[in-house]
Amino acid sequence: MSETVSITIDGRTVAVPAGQLLIKAAEDAGTYIPRFCWHSRMKPVGMCRMCLIEVEGPRGTLLTTSCTMPVTEGMVVHTKSEVVRKAQEGVLEFLLINHPLDCPVCDRGGECPLQDQTLAHGPGESRFVEEKRHFPKPIPINDLVLLDRERCILCARCTRFSEEISGDPLIEFVDRGNHTQVNTFPDEPFASYFSGNTVQICPVGALTATPYRFRARPWDLEAVESTCAGCAVGCRVSVQAAQNEVVRLLGVDVGATNQGWLCDKGRFGFEYLRAPGRLSTPLVRGEDGELREATWGEALDRAASGLAAVLSEHGPAAIAGIGGARSTNEEAYAFGKLLRSVIGTGSLDARVGDGLDAALAVGGTGRIDDLERAKTILVWAPDLKEELPVLHLRVRRAATELGATLIVVHPRRTGLDPDADHVVHYRPGDGFSVLDRLRAGADDLAPVAAALAAGPVVAIVGRTGLTEPPDLASAVAEFAASLPGAAVLPVTRRGNLYGALDMGLAPTLLPGRASAEDEAARAALADAWGSPVPAPGRDADGILQGLADGSVKALVLLGADPAADHPDRASAEAAVAAAGFVVSFDLFLNDSNRGADVVLPVEGFSEVEGTMTNLEGRVQKVNRIVPGPGLSRPAVEALDDLAARLGRSLGGGADAMAKEIALAAPAYAGITWEALDWGRGRDGMIATLAGGAAAPAPAVFQRSVAPAEGMALHLARVLYDEGTMTLAGPAFAPLIKAAMLHLHSDDATRLGLAEGSTAVLTGSRGSTELAWTRDDSLAPGTAYLPFGLGVSVGAAVSVTVAPGDGSGER
Amino acid sequence: MTDSILFARMEAHPADSHTLARYEATGGYAALRKALAMPPEEVIAEVKASNIRGRGGAGFPTGVKWGFLPPDIRPRYLVVNADESEPGTFKDRQLLERDPHQLVEGIVISAYALDVEHAFVYVRGEYPRPARRLQRAVDEARAAGYLGRDVLGTGRNIEITVHLGAGAYICGEETALLNSLEGKRGEPRIKPPFPAIAGLYAKPTIVNNVETLSNVPWIVANGGAAYDAIGPEGSRGTRLFSLSGHVERPGNYEIVMGMSWRDLIFGLGGGIRSGKQLKCWIPGGASAPWFVPALHLDEPVTIDDTGRLGSMLGSGAVVVMDETTNVVAAALSVVRFFAHESCGECTPCREGTSWLQRILERILGGAGRPADLDLLLDVSDNISPGLRWPPAMTTICPLGPSVVSPITSIMSHFRDEVAAMIPGAVTAGV
Repeated sequence: MSETVSITIDGRTVAVPAGQLLIKAAEDAGTYIPRFCWHSRMKPVGMCRMCLIEVEGPRGTLLTTSCTMPVTEGMVVHTKSEVVRKAQEGVLEFLLINHPLDCPVCDRGGECPLQDQTLAHGPGESRFVEEKRHFPKPIPINDLVLLDRERCILCARCTRFSEEISGDPLIEFVDRGNHTQVNTFPDEPFASYFSGNTVQICPVGALTATPYRFRARPWDLEAVESTCAGCAVGCRVSVQAAQNEVVRLLGVDVGATNQGWLCDKGRFGFEYLRAPGRLSTPLVRGEDGELREATWGEALDRAASGLAAVLSEHGPAAIAGIGGARSTNEEAYAFGKLLRSVIGTGSLDARVGDGLDAALAVGGTGRIDDLERAKTILVWAPDLKEELPVLHLRVRRAATELGATLIVVHPRRTGLDPDADHVVHYRPGDGFSVLDRLRAGADDLAPVAAALAAGPVVAIVGRTGLTEPPDLASAVAEFAASLPGAAVLPVTRRGNLYGALDMGLAPTLLPGRASAEDEAARAALADAWGSPVPAPGRDADGILQGLADGSVKALVLLGADPAADHPDRASAEAAVAAAGFVVSFDLFLNDSNRGADVVLPVEGFSEVEGTMTNLEGRVQKVNRIVPGPGLSRPAVEALDDLAARLGRSLGGGADAMAKEIALAAPAYAGITWEALDWGRGRDGMIATLAGGAAAPAPAVFQRSVAPAEGMALHLARVLYDEGTMTLAGPAFAPLIKAAMLHLHSDDATRLGLAEGSTAVLTGSRGSTELAWTRDDSLAPGTAYLPFGLGVSVGAAVSVTVAPGDGSGER
Repeated sequence: MTDSILFARMEAHPADSHTLARYEATGGYAALRKALAMPPEEVIAEVKASNIRGRGGAGFPTGVKWGFLPPDIRPRYLVVNADESEPGTFKDRQLLERDPHQLVEGIVISAYALDVEHAFVYVRGEYPRPARRLQRAVDEARAAGYLGRDVLGTGRNIEITVHLGAGAYICGEETALLNSLEGKRGEPRIKPPFPAIAGLYAKPTIVNNVETLSNVPWIVANGGAAYDAIGPEGSRGTRLFSLSGHVERPGNYEIVMGMSWRDLIFGLGGGIRSGKQLKCWIPGGASAPWFVPALHLDEPVTIDDTGRLGSMLGSGAVVVMDETTNVVAAALSVVRFFAHESCGECTPCREGTSWLQRILERILGGAGRPADLDLLLDVSDNISPGLRWPPAMTTICPLGPSVVSPITSIMSHFRDEVAAMIPGAVTAGV
């Protein structure tokens, strides 16, 4: 416990934490001091002057800003004196003289601090009779955010956010005095993955976002607290809807995960829910070979009879399931139960060749909040800014504000490099030798090894790219676990991958992180389910291989698109196409289900109730606020109906699944919807595993090496890729950049690539010609290609690059 | 008794007082040699004993300020405020142009005493010639071994960097100056921490004015006690005044404080031009409340007496206005300056200064309203609560209250004149 001091606020003596800012101490003690510029997650600047109060001192009372004044023992504060009242009202009047008062057409109207303060304290009319300050009405400062400088009260929240929190200071004050304005630099937009936060923290309507602008009035909104499903950080959000449509997401500050911040993809990614291509009716493949609309009854009958036919002809091992990483835990659990218990197959996976080893993924020992206390942070993982953006902010805060030593190991520069103390870039395939040298404290890595000796260490570990075998991450995690005070956070991007694995959506895992190779565990689950539990079958790569060679005949997809998401896109596409029978539960048609036999429209984010589990094992509630479109249904109900047609119901809807999870999955005991909604709070609850990781660790690491000749390929995701969320949401269309090949200057010179020319990249699965750019953060001999932008040459590490002639350019 | 410390050399040798040759020929850098032979604490003790008070405006005792440095943090910095921007102030300019070595010697002595290795001189952006003269002096002094590595063989390293500002009044405020020097926007910082604790690059920093440090060689050469013997208590030493406005002989004057305002304006200044009557004057720069003959002409020119009478000697700018002056236009001129120079960081100054400017413009243009008389004072009160001196403030720095001074001055001394310009306003008729 930190020590407290006693202060007197308006005659009332209270104990508050020593050194705390007066504005916060007073608020916690029940005295709200009005403010505009102060924000609890940013450094105080004392600019707006709204929080002026009087403090008694040796030379009389001093008028001062409570946001810049730390409390001290015996401090006597007056927040409601006549001097304070006049000063605060004076500040309010100053803020209003040039404010346009266009509240009736302002997005903020109804939830505006300036409006609220004026209503509470302001005069009825203005003494200002001059012409107000004018600026051209809103100017775009990037593709998502507009700035109205007339409304701006120059509190510097947005500019401080961009500098302190997100680290991309592209908005600044320009000019001075009465002409001061927030603006971007000429020809440089506010290109930030986090720009939407400035809209949320703006205390007036100066910053507005295109997806919400003019869509609703605050008093018409319904809101529910939920969890963002965009990636595995699990940011807490308020989902807000008007007239049965989600119109806005706001970050909620519950501390443990996002501290109130969101990335733009998470914040504005809701638009896909109402995108034109959203499925609203079941589809079945007709006689003509085309998908046609059908009733749920017809579609479910088709799905059941197709699967039953494969079952009777080839047995359960010929059926496999992929998916669940974008679903709720309840959906994932129902999916696993359908596959294992009703169909009887052990071939199921929530990963699509892009994940971590299941034992590593569920074996994390760290919490995101450990970053607050870390002395040293090792990030040997995907570029967090691209894949887990709010985790990037948390690491950045630890490094820049809390003084942690940051070490980043990655094949090229990442978003954290500017704030890192040590950066190691290596050629894909050389990861194991980097690890060996780090372990040995080899010359060039000696300072890094020395830094790692200072604990507590938080290690964020994952696959830096898709050409990197998952066992490198496992080896790094094993090394990291030996560091002093180590907390290991295994990271991968997809929304609820951790929950899906916890629900048993991997061949080696049963619900609750029990090993599927453990006979006793299988027997216990069989008891609970009242049906046999099959031995482990194939993982995603094995399933795709089986589809390709004909040993797997039927595929059930739950919100999965392996044809697009698998690193070896061409092979995955061919495998899915070779499937004899495909049933897909999804929100959209995609590369994997466009050829399916039955496509069932299911409800998605903000349309279903359930839980999700983030990368640290934190189980949080997701909630429903709008219905899905048309005939779409909750996936759990559709899965249950299909199970019933195959002979046995799963036992009910999502609420029933939730109750069953708490029983069947030991790590989830006690984590109920009630507890999450009303119990230990909105921070969620950590699913803990009694007795350590049950899943077997990989015994021998494959020591992949970079190709001796030719180039090594680094294949990694970017935030704005051609995924469902980004393609379907109009907000993101301008932000998706065309794929470019990145090469070190030495390689470009060696290969004779002229500036502005194209290059031909040839990999294991084909060849493509595309534009190239210099990237000297790469080790020479490395080619970097962003994944998920429609260009694919396979996922083997060895590639060749040659000059192009421009004919094949995309 | 000495009556010229700072201007003696340039008055005796107007052609070349700025050169190293002349400076050395007239005893220059002897004080530095003397100081370097003394322990640093003794140099500080002499400055303390001199009782010199800062010449930048606030009049804080220099020796006391030096004592605020925490003993165990290095590096420390010395920053010289040469951002002389107060309207009517042009004394530092003369020191920089005509006797830059006097300042350089003062800086090197002070840096030695304060254990500073790097001093910065922040020169007002509109002062290219003074900056060139100073830079030349720094270069000459470095070549002669008076600064740079191993100063005069003592093993001490003392460097001086001359930095030219970009033309903002606010950068004369010490924390805005530090921000600007660091490459940031020239906006004041919240105090505390004060610069002596966390100043330039968050390190302990002493910020002194050009005139203050130019006195240091004399103080070291002649002893603090000799300096303390000059002038009345609380206003020791000589002081530079920039006399401007409606006087016969405007210019910079070095005086021993304690003479009356009458002696300054009518004696040294030669009286009011063309035989006109004195109406009022600003005793210490545009930020200071105005004085009027009936109340103040025979009061002594000292720091404490001026403060007692509700104003300040500030930067030493005395602006004299004769009977032909339209006080509303004069006040507007000052207010417009501060509105233009407001940095925009805090609300009351950013919005209030330009609001006051526009009210005055309206009154001057014949569109004043009777309510404007109270409005002027109430808007002022919202910037500087209580309208007292020294001012309370709702702002971060004193620039806001500075705009209030001309308003309260004309409203307390010339209210009827202001009212007479407003259609429908009632005057007291006196």
